[in-house]
Amino acid sequence: MDSTIYQKKTPLFAFLTPAFLFMGVFLYYPFFMNIYNSFCNIEGLGTAASGMNAPWYLNYAKLFQDPLMATAVKNTLLLMLLTIVFQVGIALALALLVDSIGAGTQFFRTVYFFPIVISATALGLLFNLIFLYDGGMVNQLLLKFGAAEPVDWKDEAHFFFTMSAPVMWQYVGFYFVIIATGLNNISPELYEAAEIDGAGRWQRVRYLSLPLLHNVLCTCLILAITGALKIFDLPWVMMGDGMPLNQSWLTGTYMYNQTFTSGDVDYGSTVAIVIVVLGVVISQAANAVFKEKDY
Amino acid sequence: MTTTAAAKKSRARRSVPGGALTYLLLSLWALTTIYPFFWVIVNSFKRKGLIRSDSFSIPVGESFTLDNYRTAFERVDILGAYKNSLIISAVVTAAVILLAGFAAYGMARYRFKGRQALYSLIVASMMFPVFSTVIPVFRMMFGWHIVNTDSIFLSQLSVILPQIAGNLSFSILVLTGFIRGLPVDLEEAAYLEGCSVFQIFFRVIVPIVRPAFATVAIFTFLWSYNDLFTQMFFLRYRDTFTITRLLSEISSLAGVNYGLMAAAVVLVVVPVLIVYVFLQKYIIKGLTIGALKG
Repeated sequence: MDSTIYQKKTPLFAFLTPAFLFMGVFLYYPFFMNIYNSFCNIEGLGTAASGMNAPWYLNYAKLFQDPLMATAVKNTLLLMLLTIVFQVGIALALALLVDSIGAGTQFFRTVYFFPIVISATALGLLFNLIFLYDGGMVNQLLLKFGAAEPVDWKDEAHFFFTMSAPVMWQYVGFYFVIIATGLNNISPELYEAAEIDGAGRWQRVRYLSLPLLHNVLCTCLILAITGALKIFDLPWVMMGDGMPLNQSWLTGTYMYNQTFTSGDVDYGSTVAIVIVVLGVVISQAANAVFKEKDY
Repeated sequence: MTTTAAAKKSRARRSVPGGALTYLLLSLWALTTIYPFFWVIVNSFKRKGLIRSDSFSIPVGESFTLDNYRTAFERVDILGAYKNSLIISAVVTAAVILLAGFAAYGMARYRFKGRQALYSLIVASMMFPVFSTVIPVFRMMFGWHIVNTDSIFLSQLSVILPQIAGNLSFSILVLTGFIRGLPVDLEEAAYLEGCSVFQIFFRVIVPIVRPAFATVAIFTFLWSYNDLFTQMFFLRYRDTFTITRLLSEISSLAGVNYGLMAAAVVLVVVPVLIVYVFLQKYIIKGLTIGALKG
């Protein structure tokens, strides 16, 4: 793939510099400052660090012994798995289905995207209303259909479902659009050729669509992994402060809580670092397993 | 047949021929995405008591009320807030497309030492939760005197800059993946005709990548518009507020006033939905053109 056009490397700098400069100043530098912060003792937001922690690894020791952190990581990994299977899975199924119909594709595309257009905060409020114990939409439906009592959707038995279902639902449209764009890029002639060669419906999907979608699916996988680690708005609005009883923490909400609610800014920084490390490790693993291919 | 009709016909037989079952499944999912919004809109026109007791009824006649909206509008300068949101999000989107487009082109086409490392860096940066970088960013911009001022322009800038950076990683990833999948032939043809790399970028790559640019633009705009956290952090003066920020204030004031909450949700959400529905046409066009060229 080494085209002669791209042998001369000088234009490369012009292309890469602006973006990486921005990211350097506003992402990487602050992030490293943050790491430094995790070794320090910080009194309050916005103030400078008041000297190193004693011992310097204080926050990290705390991290490994913190049961809430363990809960957060466990919940987040579970959520990640569900995200990959359901969000990307459903999106893939929908994209394939939409690709196969002639009329109405525009309608479905428009409509599936609605949840993404809406801010997660608004969605959190919306779902709070829906899952409300006393008079929420779901409980009203249950009572109408003869249930004896309304269900407490935020108690220990149900909270995980209540927290993860809206998250799942919201981002299906996101992956749907990415996969649908990728599918659109596959030339119809390939399908026709396959059909002429006698390939049946599922064979065309399995041997044409899926392999050609490989790169796109890789991108989706990475986005799903990183997304699950960072997720904040929806779970926070619905299950603020780890309801019930500190069981619903996710890495994102826990980090926010430690930094802003508890005011333990340096510990919050530490949690943030764990999030990044986990993300890099898991996505590198995913990348190694599902290598990207150039065409 | 015209080209679009032919394309439509062959798309109808693309991967798996559709049927009634397909439409049924697709419609089921469509129902789940539409109904919650319908429910909120309907409920925003009801008195708050009614929402809790019977949220499925349609408010007509007696139960219909505009009170919730009246309350919302009376408290705040909604149009100014919409304007702020639009300016910020539009600038962020334009900047991201330009910068990410450049970077993705460089990453996708050039082979150079450290490309894999750079790529991993980008993936890593996607994982930075915004709250891990926001505090140092705040201190930095405070030093530049663009934070906490009552100048609308500077306050907007203080939100624009971090938002651009935050959206670059995703955009670069998506665009790089897309450009990588394109055959080099068109670019080589242009090169043989004497185009410089920059000309190739603007004349050959940009038109073909339009659907991916559209996707990236929409996501960037939406994330910028909905990014409550950054807006809460940097916007302190009422006249600099964006609509999302403004309405979150109303929501927290609303407490258990579900009617007001529903109205607030509708006010933030519906304009975006409307704009989005209109933009859809251009996105579909972009997607179809991409398909034809492929």
